[in-house]
Amino acid sequence: MRWLLAKDLRILQRSPVLLGTLVVYPIVIALLIGFAISSPPAPPVVAVYSGVHNGHGTIAFGSERVSLAKYAKQLYRSIQPLQASSPRQAIADVRDGRALAALIIPADIDTEIQQLIRTGMGNPTVRVVLNSHNPLERDLAKQAIQARVDDVQSAVSRQLMKLLMADLQKVLSGGSVSFLGQTVHLLGLRGIRAIVQSTIASLPRGSRQRPALQQVADFANLAIDGLAIAGPDIGGVTTPLTVRESDVSGITTPASSYAIAIAAVVLLMFVTLLVAAGMLALERSENAYRRLVRGLVRPELLLAEKVVLASACALAMTLAMSAVISIFVPLDWGRFELWVIALAAGGVAFAAMGVAVGALARDVSVASLLAFLISLPVAFVALVPSTAVSGGLGAVLDTISFVFPFRAALEAVSNGFTASRPAIGLPLLHLTLLALAFAALARVALLRFGER
Amino acid sequence: MVDGAAATLRAQLLTHRFGPRVALSEVSFDVAAGELLAVIGPNGAGKTTLLSVLAGVLRPTSGTVQLPGPGHEGERPSSRTVGWVPQQPALYAKLSVAENLRLFARLERVPDPERSVREMLEQTGLSERAGDQVKELSGGNQQRVNIAIGLLSGPRVLLLDEPSSALDPRQRARLWEFIARLAEGGTSVVYSTHDVLEAQHHADRVLALDEGRLVFAGAPAAMDWSY
Repeated sequence: MRWLLAKDLRILQRSPVLLGTLVVYPIVIALLIGFAISSPPAPPVVAVYSGVHNGHGTIAFGSERVSLAKYAKQLYRSIQPLQASSPRQAIADVRDGRALAALIIPADIDTEIQQLIRTGMGNPTVRVVLNSHNPLERDLAKQAIQARVDDVQSAVSRQLMKLLMADLQKVLSGGSVSFLGQTVHLLGLRGIRAIVQSTIASLPRGSRQRPALQQVADFANLAIDGLAIAGPDIGGVTTPLTVRESDVSGITTPASSYAIAIAAVVLLMFVTLLVAAGMLALERSENAYRRLVRGLVRPELLLAEKVVLASACALAMTLAMSAVISIFVPLDWGRFELWVIALAAGGVAFAAMGVAVGALARDVSVASLLAFLISLPVAFVALVPSTAVSGGLGAVLDTISFVFPFRAALEAVSNGFTASRPAIGLPLLHLTLLALAFAALARVALLRFGER
Repeated sequence: MVDGAAATLRAQLLTHRFGPRVALSEVSFDVAAGELLAVIGPNGAGKTTLLSVLAGVLRPTSGTVQLPGPGHEGERPSSRTVGWVPQQPALYAKLSVAENLRLFARLERVPDPERSVREMLEQTGLSERAGDQVKELSGGNQQRVNIAIGLLSGPRVLLLDEPSSALDPRQRARLWEFIARLAEGGTSVVYSTHDVLEAQHHADRVLALDEGRLVFAGAPAAMDWSY
């Protein structure tokens, strides 16, 4: 086998275009995929016109105040604001492609909200204009704006409920309120009940006023009990949902490590598939296959040699890429041996698939094209979470991912990278079975490999 | 047929089918030591199939190929006993002449690969081109390397499948000189051709195939060439 390996390495070394493609292309693709997945999306450019002047935009809730400027700052962190001098300018920015969306805030937004709170009348409205040219970008801009508008709604609602609760407390227990510049003392239901009950007690038993006053005391009791129970319920409406975020213990992978794992497996897949498929098909293209298997090399040994060659090349390149990336993203080097095992197992499974492709294609260019065409959907299907699609399609995607090595290799490599992930035993077993299955397919395909 | 004692290769009732199609039908002949045997016939007559079966690349549907002589009883043809040179050069284009020879010498487990490589380079007259990549050689020189690989293990029989088909007249002449020297050295050479003149001038004996059947076996002079 070593003479065949030496021969293949020499051929690869003397094929600068092929070698360059094999080295540069997968690395570029892997890095692009890795960074695309690990990097958050850039905030969308949104043209913003605000008619609210500086120093204005405060909504009063009794003694509490909500500043719209605070939420504007949060909005500006979610988007790249492009200040517009007028609503017309903001819309023009969207139409001309300078912005994905326009947010138009009218000058009277604060007074409209204030009026709605005080009187229940009014319709405070902000206008959002979206560029529908690209649906993905449209959704991104819409989500960024909607999230901040929801924040304002929630803040207003919270303050309003706080005010209502305070007023309710005063109705129950009494207190002071400001009205037309004067402070007015409110008695409160509990005070009323106490006064009425003491008045009833002071009246003679047969007094005709007793039943009437008792009705007032009963009403006060009923109202106190009802409001005391309803108060906390109303308060709860201000924050109806509480989100507690947590991860299931033991399976969390940092996004950066996962991105590197994806990049590593993509690189592994491209190199092994292309080298294994191409170098096996080359034996036929060079007419050497029949000469080799004529007692010099057993077909199984030839397949094994291609698998070793492809997986070793890919392993070396993948480790080198991981080492370079680890300069920017921390990787757990204490688990290096697990990386190597996971990458080697993935490489062997991909290489077995590669020799099957090479044996079926029987021609270098066809084998390379086929390997390339197969790689992309295999990776894509494995990266789509089955829960992100409908049940039937999810099952199909899961089945496809199961019969190709990408998902198992990704699982093994990401588990190898991260200590908090499960052990790599199960994905390794899966990869071993896939390697054997593809090797068997390649051996069968070799039966007609030497035919002309 | 040659005298059985002098035969180096014996084919008996060779039949080969590709599915329903009969490519060879009960072909029998012997090859003598140092004999130049031409297998002729039109395209599709079964020439390449016959040589592939003799080389052991194809397993015959029925019949046997044997290596007569003491020490070879029951032995099937292998790369060490029967050299096989396919029609298209079976070489690695990106390896040099010497690297190709060295690789196959090592795979053949030749006792002294370097020596064998040197001998083959001298024998084929390619010593000065030893370091050149095969892709840089002319068709004639590629064919010489192709033949040299077939001869690395010092086989008693050399099978050549249309060795001159891609060569110009000058390269052909040099090739036939080389093959003649091999035969003079005791190597039996069986080659296929559809060139009647080659068979007339460069064969001790001719086998004519037609639709897989052996229709003539004898000296070129005895053949009815109008057939």
